[in-house]
Amino acid sequence: MLPAAPAPINPAAAAAPAAADRTGVVLTLEAVGKSFGDNHVLRDFTLDLHRNENVVVLGKSGSGKSVLVKCIIGLLRPDAGRITVLGQDLATLSHATLDELRAHLGFLFQSNALYDSMTVRENLLFPLRRQWLAHRRAEEAELVRQALEDVGLADTVDKMPAELSGGQRKRIALARTLILRPEIILYDEPTTGLDPVTAREISGLIRSVQQKYNTAAFIISHDMDCVRLVADRVALLADGRCYAQGTYEELAHDPDQRIHEFFV
Amino acid sequence: MLYSPLLAETGAIAQFTGRFFREGFRPRYEVREFLYQCYVVGYQSLPMVGITGFIMGLVLTLQSRPTMAQFGAEAWIPTMVGLTIVREMGPIITALIFAGKIGSRIGAELGSMRVTEQIDAMEVSGTNPFKYLVVTRVLATTLMLPILTLLADAIGLYASYVGLNTRGVTTLALFTNNILSGLAFADVLPAFFKTFFFGFAVGLIGCYKGYYADNGTAGVGQAANSAVVVSSLLIFILDLLAVQITGLLGFN
Repeated sequence: MLPAAPAPINPAAAAAPAAADRTGVVLTLEAVGKSFGDNHVLRDFTLDLHRNENVVVLGKSGSGKSVLVKCIIGLLRPDAGRITVLGQDLATLSHATLDELRAHLGFLFQSNALYDSMTVRENLLFPLRRQWLAHRRAEEAELVRQALEDVGLADTVDKMPAELSGGQRKRIALARTLILRPEIILYDEPTTGLDPVTAREISGLIRSVQQKYNTAAFIISHDMDCVRLVADRVALLADGRCYAQGTYEELAHDPDQRIHEFFV
Repeated sequence: MLYSPLLAETGAIAQFTGRFFREGFRPRYEVREFLYQCYVVGYQSLPMVGITGFIMGLVLTLQSRPTMAQFGAEAWIPTMVGLTIVREMGPIITALIFAGKIGSRIGAELGSMRVTEQIDAMEVSGTNPFKYLVVTRVLATTLMLPILTLLADAIGLYASYVGLNTRGVTTLALFTNNILSGLAFADVLPAFFKTFFFGFAVGLIGCYKGYYADNGTAGVGQAANSAVVVSSLLIFILDLLAVQITGLLGFN
């Protein structure tokens, strides 16, 4: 049974970080390692994500951020360490159980990954029907309508992805992620390739989603504007490790040159 | 060392084939997507296959007629054309057209989905992309090509009848009777059965090339191109094998 339909989100009203109730840990990364041949992308990466918290992993291009998020969603298998999502160790899950777990995870791809042979409606219905979450057509239509209203694009339901702008495609991808009401959303570079205004709107939307649905978000980014707007906690990925973590303000005033260079 | 990439590719295709048989017949069955692919692969190929079959039959008749006339063997044209189209020309021409149209389409479609992370998105949505994309397409090509070949054969034979009547008068009944008297089940059945293998090869190679495409948009073009080249080559190799096997069984 899905949660009842909440009120539409207003992205513009989402500037300040939420005063969140952060009790349970929903995602744990313990000494995660991943190599491609001689290239050791991740080594001993350790980090927790709490319920209703936005954690941004900050790092330079090529530092292994996307590899990290793909390990969490199960698209890549880490060579070392342990990843626990909603209490389940990913390494021990069968394909079927992993698919069930993925119903509680959302993943916003950097490239949006909208199915370009399908309309916006079909894009949104695809995960819904695959996870057997809605059986009645009326219920499906209501979920699609609400997901699109959440991202402010209710009028695009019959358009093809190619007819949309970059920012609109990002919003539709977010709507497709939201339609399953995930407990954790993983964002891979959500503002990359967008103009500054649209990037700020997407950042506001990420914050709004957290406030409205009480989701936890694991966000990969190197856009400092986005980091400032959405992060409850920032973790710095360097040399494959979690080099430092803290609030945006704490890290911004850290004297360590390696941390400071991100904030100048 | 020179042959190692070829051997590696052959091994990878063999593994891909093994995965098709392992995963293809276990639930969940993607019936809806399979039917849609049958429509795309079969129904939407009809015009191309029909035109090709018609031209094949017409040209074969018009070109063979002068030579046959020199030997006073015009009456044998229906039999000769019937045997040629049913045993070899129909299956091989249809399969090659099919490889060009459908093989490239599948290679480009799946390649594009791979490089834009749509296949990953499918997996994240709790869908097995191999079942949804590969198994449905390979089954559709395997089942649709034989049907298309039968249609191309029929259209080609009718075109031959039209070709004969451009320079003379032959009744349809006599033409049909001549063709059927020259054909045995040993001509028709092996030619029909080999088209299942041709269709399987086109679907499998198209899916393999697309599914493992990389290198951005250049990789998509490369996947579409090599899907056609490799599947066309494979069709000829399978045809050669089919001739050898039917020869061993005494059908030639």
